[in-house]
Amino acid sequence: MNIASSQQAPLLKISDLNAWYGESHVLHGIDLELGEGQLITLLGRNGAGRTTTLRAIMGMVDRRTGSILIHGDEFIDKPAHRIAHLGRIGYCPEERGIFATLNVEENLMLPPTVGEGGMSVAEIYDMFPNLKEVRKRMGTRLSGGEQQMLAIARILRTGARLLLLDEITEGLAPVIVKALSEAILDLKQRGYTIMLVEQNFRFAAPLADRHYVIENGKVIDRIEAGEVEAKMDRLNHYLSV
Amino acid sequence: MLKLILAQGMLGLNNGVFYAMLSLGLAVIFGLLNVVNFAHGALYMSGAFLALILYSYLGVWIGLDDFHVNFWFALILVPSMVGGLGMIIERTLLKWLYRFDPIYSLLLTFGITLILQGLFINFFSASGTPYPGQPESLKGVVNLGFMVFPKYRLFAIVFSIAVCLAVWFVIERTRIGALLRAGTENPDLVKAFGINVPLMVTLTFGFGTALAGLAGVLAAPIYSVSPLMGADLIIIIFAVVVIGGMGSIMGSVVSGFALGLIEGVTKVFYAPAANTVIFFLMVVVLLVRPAGLFGRQT
Repeated sequence: MNIASSQQAPLLKISDLNAWYGESHVLHGIDLELGEGQLITLLGRNGAGRTTTLRAIMGMVDRRTGSILIHGDEFIDKPAHRIAHLGRIGYCPEERGIFATLNVEENLMLPPTVGEGGMSVAEIYDMFPNLKEVRKRMGTRLSGGEQQMLAIARILRTGARLLLLDEITEGLAPVIVKALSEAILDLKQRGYTIMLVEQNFRFAAPLADRHYVIENGKVIDRIEAGEVEAKMDRLNHYLSV
Repeated sequence: MLKLILAQGMLGLNNGVFYAMLSLGLAVIFGLLNVVNFAHGALYMSGAFLALILYSYLGVWIGLDDFHVNFWFALILVPSMVGGLGMIIERTLLKWLYRFDPIYSLLLTFGITLILQGLFINFFSASGTPYPGQPESLKGVVNLGFMVFPKYRLFAIVFSIAVCLAVWFVIERTRIGALLRAGTENPDLVKAFGINVPLMVTLTFGFGTALAGLAGVLAAPIYSVSPLMGADLIIIIFAVVVIGGMGSIMGSVVSGFALGLIEGVTKVFYAPAANTVIFFLMVVVLLVRPAGLFGRQT
């Protein structure tokens, strides 16, 4: 695929995505798209299907149907262990997924390279200086903020260009949320394409190009960054518990 | 008295060799697959038989009476064969059972044990056959000061300590080991990072069973090769694994050697208790530290 067409076609285009865990049907036809270098958020209540959308992209559900196009290639039938490589995707799970029996450095080096141009370890320690200080510590002996930084750092090393980040601010102190917000902005400026699942709208709003509101496994609204103020009432209604 | 304790300790350590190597394989398998491989003893027995067949029978079968595959070749060949058998078992049978309760894979591997035992009893009878292929260079004895000790047994102890250390190093200190540990904790995420976890599972099972095969070859010159040699051992091995902590690499190695030692030394003081002492310790450990000495308490 040449550069001109990849600028026109979205990097990621999902249509009618359905997903199941065992017998339970969780996603009921998700449609969304994400252009290269853009940042979108998936908003919605707990259990709406936002995390499952990310997991379905990564092949971490029991069954999925519909279409997931990345750079125009169909990913719906790809085996889970090929997806990160073929799509140059980095995935940061909601529970952070730091391995307790590995130290920080081992966690950082664990995901295999999926493409060229990943950040070097030195660059990563520049971006997250705290990690350098604790690099020999075991994964469990990190604070929540350090774990979150590590979970993001290790997918930046792989050369992934599409980042799927799930609830990265959950349970973290405001000062760390601010640091993360700066890191995400930095990544956006470096041209990464990012999909954020976020509960914290104040964190997400200034970063995103577009918001998708998900409810009962479907996209029920799509709000461009420019429309946020006008549609604030609707958003508050969607997100109120 | 001290001499006697040291001597029995050495003999006990010699049993510990097999406890350690077998429980190590079980620990590696349980860690990643969450499968209690009941067939481990039978695969150990198969390893010993394969060494015997390669040395004593193969030549006759193919019409070359003087053809013997010697011990050193067997030490490489047999673990590959047993590991290969293990991988076939994993690919064709075990892999269908991961979704279910671990009790199913335990029953499956128990069934495999009975089949392997039955096959070897059918062809070789239940009584033991000595392995004549002990290498010349390891015949004879060495004087350790407090006792004379068969050279071969000393070799078995040193060799298996080296194997256990090598396995520990690979798992705890290398990238392959890091992948294995990560896969043990969260296989779905490791897969999402782009690692072929099903292949890793097959290779790990193959590796664990190859260790059983290796222990079998090592045992052939010491114990007589019999279809039930694995069945006698597997119960003790499970006690060792429970004491060390299910899935703990270090735990299985240390408690394997330690329990062999304790068993031996017990013979000095009250010989009839030697067979029971391991199970007594297992009960104590389970009461005090239910996750085992090296297991993570959850």
